This record gives sequence, C-alpha cells and structure tokens, in this order.
Amino acid sequence: MATPLVRADGPQSVPALLHRNATQFANAPAYREKEYGIWQSWTWAQTRDEVEALALGLMEMGINEGDFVSVIGRNRPYLYWAMMAAEMCGAVPVPLYQDANAEEMAYVMNHCGARFAIVGDQEQVDKILDVQDQLPEFQQMIYLDPRGLRKYDHAAMKQYSNVQELGRQFRDKHIKELEARQAKLDYDSTGVMLYTSGTTGKPKGVVLSNRNIIETAKSSSEFDNLRQSDDILAYLPMAWVGDFIFSVGQAMWTGFCTNCPESADTMHVDLREIGPTYYFAPPRVFETQLTSVMIRMEDASRMKKWLFDTFMAHARKVGPAILDGKPVSQWDRFKYKLGEAFVYGPLKNTLGFSRVRVGYTAGEAIGPEIFDFYRSLGINLKQLYGQTEATVFITAQPDGEVRSDTVGVTCPGVELKIAENGEVFYRSPGVFVEYYKNPESTRDTKDAEGWVATGDAGFIEEGTGHLRIIDRAKDVGKMADGSLFAPKYVENKLKFFPNILEAVVFGNEKDECTAFINIDLTAVGNWAERNNIGYASYQELARHPQVMDTIQSHVEAVNASVAEDEMLSGCQVHRFVVLHKELDADDGELTRTRKVRRRIIEEKYDDIITALYDGSKSVSTETEVTYEDGRKGSIKATLEVRDAAVQAVTPTKLAAE
Amino acid sequence: MKDTADSYVTADGRTIGPVVMEMKNITLRFGGVEAIKDISFDIRQGEIRAIIGPNGAGKSSMLNVISGFYIPQEGEVWYKGSRRPPMKPFQVAQQGIARTFQNIALFEGMSVLDNVMTGRLTHMKTGLLAQSFWKGAAEREEVENREVAEKIIDFLEIQAIRKTPVARLPYGLKKRVELARALAAEPSILLLDEPMAGMNVEEKEDMSRFILDVNDEFGTTIALIEHDMGVVMDLSDRVVVMDYGKKIGDGTPSEVRNNQAVIDAYLGVAHD
Repeated sequence: MATPLVRADGPQSVPALLHRNATQFANAPAYREKEYGIWQSWTWAQTRDEVEALALGLMEMGINEGDFVSVIGRNRPYLYWAMMAAEMCGAVPVPLYQDANAEEMAYVMNHCGARFAIVGDQEQVDKILDVQDQLPEFQQMIYLDPRGLRKYDHAAMKQYSNVQELGRQFRDKHIKELEARQAKLDYDSTGVMLYTSGTTGKPKGVVLSNRNIIETAKSSSEFDNLRQSDDILAYLPMAWVGDFIFSVGQAMWTGFCTNCPESADTMHVDLREIGPTYYFAPPRVFETQLTSVMIRMEDASRMKKWLFDTFMAHARKVGPAILDGKPVSQWDRFKYKLGEAFVYGPLKNTLGFSRVRVGYTAGEAIGPEIFDFYRSLGINLKQLYGQTEATVFITAQPDGEVRSDTVGVTCPGVELKIAENGEVFYRSPGVFVEYYKNPESTRDTKDAEGWVATGDAGFIEEGTGHLRIIDRAKDVGKMADGSLFAPKYVENKLKFFPNILEAVVFGNEKDECTAFINIDLTAVGNWAERNNIGYASYQELARHPQVMDTIQSHVEAVNASVAEDEMLSGCQVHRFVVLHKELDADDGELTRTRKVRRRIIEEKYDDIITALYDGSKSVSTETEVTYEDGRKGSIKATLEVRDAAVQAVTPTKLAAE
Repeated sequence: MKDTADSYVTADGRTIGPVVMEMKNITLRFGGVEAIKDISFDIRQGEIRAIIGPNGAGKSSMLNVISGFYIPQEGEVWYKGSRRPPMKPFQVAQQGIARTFQNIALFEGMSVLDNVMTGRLTHMKTGLLAQSFWKGAAEREEVENREVAEKIIDFLEIQAIRKTPVARLPYGLKKRVELARALAAEPSILLLDEPMAGMNVEEKEDMSRFILDVNDEFGTTIALIEHDMGVVMDLSDRVVVMDYGKKIGDGTPSEVRNNQAVIDAYLGVAHD
C-alpha cells in the first residue's frame, strides 16, 4: 500500500517518515505511556495504524488541506498522533500550551483560524467552550479523556476513539484521497506551526516546513549519534519547539521510542522507571533535582552524609575529566570507581539518569555548580543554544568540549555572524519559513539572504570558536555613566543560589543597579524548618529578617563576582527588595516558559522601583494577583528596602575608553 | 414528594431514580440516651443525599445504622425493595454499601495501592490457600482486581502516591485514599462521613469535584454528612436535617433553606 508514499529522494514529510518506520522498525516500540500503573506500548506499525485511523476519521469529519488543527493537552501518545494525523490530511498541527488560559488560547486559535481542536480532557474542553463565540472558524472538538464530558452537548464534539472508529469504518471511502494528500507533501509543505511564548507582545506563529523539521532532526541526531534503540521521556510542553523536535522530529528520523509519563506529578518516578538514554531538561529541572538531593542528604545519617561528601568532593575533582577522556591517575580512577559503586551509581539511579548517554539543557543559563554536579557524576550533560525560529539548534556543545559558560559551537549546517551591536545572527536549513500572517515581523527578523536575528547579544570566543551569550540584545543597555548594563547576566548569577528562585535587575540609564528577588520556597522553607523559624505564608517568610540577611549576603557575593568582570562591573546591585509574591505567568509577569517580562514588571511594580531609587527604607504596596481559576485578588505588603555592599569599581578602564 | 417508585428529572437536568433505601421509623438508643428518635427518610437511586445537623444531632449514628454498624432498637431498614434483617457490617458491605469514616480509618503502614486493594476484598473469591500459591484463578483474580483499583487511582488522580505508605500522606490526601478504597468496592451506595472536615477551600473544591464525578461517572448513589453548608447546598439533590436525634426537615436544598424549623434550629436567623 505504501507505494505512492515512497519517494526516490527519501522521506520528505513527517507522515512519510512514519510509513518508513512502520516498515523498517515495524515491531520496535515507538510510544509508551504509563496508564493504570502499567507501561502500555505501541510499535511503529501499530502507531501507523492508529494515526491513519484518526486521519481517516478527520477526513470523514471534513478536514481540508491547509486547515489548522489545535492540539492541546499534556504529553500523550494520542496527541502526538493527532499532530501526525493532521499532517497526513494536509492540515497543519498547532500545539498549544496546556496551561494557557482561555483568552490566550482564543488569541492563537483565532489568529490561525483553527477549524478543529484535539484536546486532552474536560479542562481544555471547558476553556474552548468559554471562548467559542470568539472563534468564527472553529467547528469541531475532539477530546481524549471522556471523564466528566458525558452530559456535554455533543453537537460539535467527539471522542477521540470514536473518530478513529469512524476512520476505520469509512476507510475505503477516504483512503485513496488520504494517500493522494500525503503524496503531495514535500520538503516545502508546512510541518507544524508553533507559537512563540512572546516575551514582548502577542505570540507569533512560527511556520516550520518539513525541510526545517527533517533536516534539523537529521543533522542533530547525527551530531549526537542518536540511535533507534534510544529512549526519551516526553514531559515538556508539547507546544514548545524543543519537545516537537525531540519527540516528533528526532524520534521520527531515528525511530527511537517516546515515553509519556502517567501524569505531571509522577514524572520523577516515571523517569526512573524508563531510564531515558537521551534526556532534555531546562536548567530549572536540574536545579530542583539537585536541591531535593541536597535537602535529603541534610537529613541523612552521619555515615551516609560523610560518604556522600567525601565521594562528591572526589567526583568534582576528577569526574568531568574522566567524562571528557582526559588523563587521570590510576589511583583517582580507582577511587572514582569506588564512588560509582557507593554513591554515584545509586544516586544516578534515584534521579533516573543511569542510562543517559546524552543530556541537554537550554533555554536559560545553568549555574556552574549545578552543571558540574551532574557532569562529575558521569552524566554527559551539555548545553545547546537555539530558538523556535531555528527549529531549535543553533549551537551545541560537542562531546569533550563542555563548559558551563558557553553554549557550544555551531551545529552542522549552521552559519553564525555577530553584528556590530553584539547581536547574534544565524543562517541554517532550520530557519523558519515565516511568521504566520505577519510579514512585517518576518521581515524584521529574517533578511533577504536568510540571516535571522536572534535578539541575543553575544560573542564568539577566540581560539575555541564557542559562542557565549550575554543577554537579550534589547535588554542590554547603558548605565548613566555609559558602562554596559546586562541585567540577565547579573540575574543568572543571583539565581544560581538555591535560595533565589527569580531575580529582576533594573538600572538602564540609571546611576546604579537595583533588584527584585523572589525566594525559593522549597529551599528557604526547608532552612526555616531546620532552624525552627515559623512562618504562615510565602509573604511572611520572604520578609523574615534572617532571610533578608541571607539574601543580602548572596547579593553581595554576586557583586563581588560581577566586579571582577571589567565590562560589566557597573552592574553591581546597590539596593534590593525581596518581593512579597512569586512572579507568575498567570499574572503576566513571566512567559509560559518562565522568562521574565521586564516591561510588564516595570509598569506593575512602579512604586517599588521608585522606592529602590529614592532612598526610602521601606515601601507599602498592593498587588493584584490572578488565581489559577481566573479569579482575582490582591496582596498588600510593606517591603523592606536593603542596601548591599558593592565593590569599588576600578575607573581606569572606563577612563581609557 | 414524588412517588417512591418513579424516576424524575431535577431542575438542573439530573435524573433521579426510584427509591433504593428506605429508613422507616428508626429509633436508636444507647442506654437511656436516644440518639435517633423515630426517623424516616429514603434514598433514591443516583442521587446525592446529604444529612446535616448540628453537633450531636445523630448524623453519624444514622450513617452507622445504614452501614449496619449499629442495629436500631426500633424501625426497619428497607434496601432494594425488601426489608433488611439485622446484619453484620461485612454483610452490608457485600450488599454493595461502602463507606468512609469521619476520622480516617486506613491501614497506615500499607501503601495507597494496598489500601485501595483491600476495598476489593468483597469481590475476591479464591481462598487463603490459593492466594498463598498465587497460581491460576488467584493470579487472574488479583490482576482483574488490580485493574479496577488502578482505574480508581487514575480517577482520583493519586497515581503519584500509589506506592507511598499512607502514614506519610497529608490529611487531605488520606481522605482521598479513603474515598478510593470505598470506591474500589464498586458500591451501589456510598456513605461519606464528613468527607471535607478539616480541609482548606482548595481541597474542598477538589473533593466536591470528585464526589460529583463519582456520582456522574459511575452512577453511584451517595449519602453524605457534611458541615459546610455551601458544599451541601451545591452538591446535594436532597437534604435531611436532624437536630437532637429528630428529623426537622427533608427536601431539596432550597426547600430546606426556607424551612422555618431548620432555620430556627440550625441555620440561625434568616437573612432577608
């Protein structure tokens, strides 16, 4: 049956890859999901049948080529299949963030004019029903989990399995057309549309062609020697380009198995059970894991604590060198082997990293201590730099050249250049086609020769060719005395302290820098418990004098480290407040991928920023908060403004400029 | 009141079936104390029936009568059209009546999964000997029962604590595990004794949703005791009000709310 779908020049679309895998790796596992306590699995051949049944069902429901299909829910095989089925029908899948609120969903679905939505459960169904009036083109919803939906009006709603049933029933009627539509798909047809999280303004729809997806998947899989026998755990939002490339692009290209956790809460248990060989996580996940290990070690018996401390000290000394294959003495190797047996091995097993061959982190800078901790255990954790517009990969660290302060060398097929203002530009086969219905933004970002502006400022290190990123180009500014202001650089240094969850630094065109700090409730709460400090709320803990003292010492340590950098020594934090609430995506202060939205924060907390600069000792403020269910409330607080000691800046360099 | 044999549809579109359980003139004494005085009411198929009243009104005693833990001195319990003779709690459980307790009564040292599995006990037929060898029928039976238990774990969203010993869980989750164990018996009537006592608003919202979902998805008839008036008024189809062992009101939430005797005895002064 596959004859019309095979092309001489190789598979040129995601569905074509699916057909290839269904033939080539027919009985190898393609997807696993833990359900009812047991890992259910589907082979590539079964996957093809499931996807095809859904596609045929969609045909029966009247899907047209070029339609947009929203896919919303947590990572489940069924939803990955939904994306493939949509593409089979010549439609374009548009995955959305599952925790987006109804208005955010309405904006995206309206912008692309989605006719169909394939969603996970009642929660998503309710959200769409809420905004359905604003979606003139929207027609049918397909849901996966029927729980709680029995009594809903099913005029414009169908259960996923029923659609597949419909597809199997009307197979003969539509199969010819479905095959014809798949045969039309090539490198230039759209594979997926992903909305950027939008640090500024409304999200933009990034159109990625099959060329972008397949070329990127191919070169990146080769770069890291990904194999058909690899396993990954798919737990990051499906709407994020990274998950799409790992769980669809690379999974399709190499034919490895995508494992979906039982629920968001069981992620760590599932991680341990699967033991992925290829793993990706944003720095925050590694940070949380390390924090929980450290907290648990604090509670361990003295013998265990001693064992852990001794061998971890040894691991920090020789672990990275052994991983990179550098010369290490026999005695150190022996001690490391001993440590592997007593500490590293069991620890890796607990963390779920026993089998990891390649691990990546990206999205934000990772603290050097955190990075080194994992590497010293023998986990090949590396950094990469990428963005949605590049289909992820711009630079990555090759094995043996891993450092915490760079993001690696250019990936195969990628060209880099640095503009005069320091902004990084790239050109690659992964460069996106366009922003959907937004030619103006497309022109602003991508020039006629295909060079794309990353919006990040950075430089290529002499000698090694590694790229180093300083900050978002538009956030890099000048202090009043003309020295460089790079807030992210300082914020990252602050965030490397486990007690600090989030930091926002101000100071553009001012005399000195100031900062907002969010404490990490897990770390600080544990410390409070240990020291018998009672607190009733986040707010109360945040303004505890001892917490303030600790944060102050962290800020001062950062100042000392910032002062060492000649270019950025002006960015030392002179004054700071510990905020009374956590910055939250629901309040619009962070993006859904948890990046700080500076403009919004500046407007919202204008009164606190004023207090940071007018010398007052404290500031009273009232902040509106949005609860998860959309209700609004407000928090009142009086915040203490603290001064932090700064290092004297050597003025010689500035004078010399 | 509608005829006892008929189904009817409520104002918000819920279908309530015929009467499944009827309490006729129940009186329960402990020595000289009359905990329940001559109370009659019925429970209909598929409804959520609340029993409310001030402290010491006899609500928990009433629930204990239904579950067979107390045997009333006077009165009759009719279940599925026939009079129920005095029986032991396990016999009542075998008839399809499961319950949760006001003060959680789980096996603290056992995992959540094992606790839920104990709820399946009434459905297991193989004997001790067969189960210790765990071959053939016993193995099949365990697999089947585990599947039911897992579906309930999934339903109540407690997958993450499946293997956690109950003693380590916070209060709100223990309550949920208890509900899971009761559900594992696949009861036709579920008795909940203050399912939301001591919970915060968020936990109460979650629990309310689970109760509604259970009722909706499995069609389980639910009788519950609850103190939170907001919850009772939102959840239940009909409410029995007790005070000092006597029934002082019976009807839909809005009927009960406007009943002068109830207002005087329990809800306090009427607003507007």
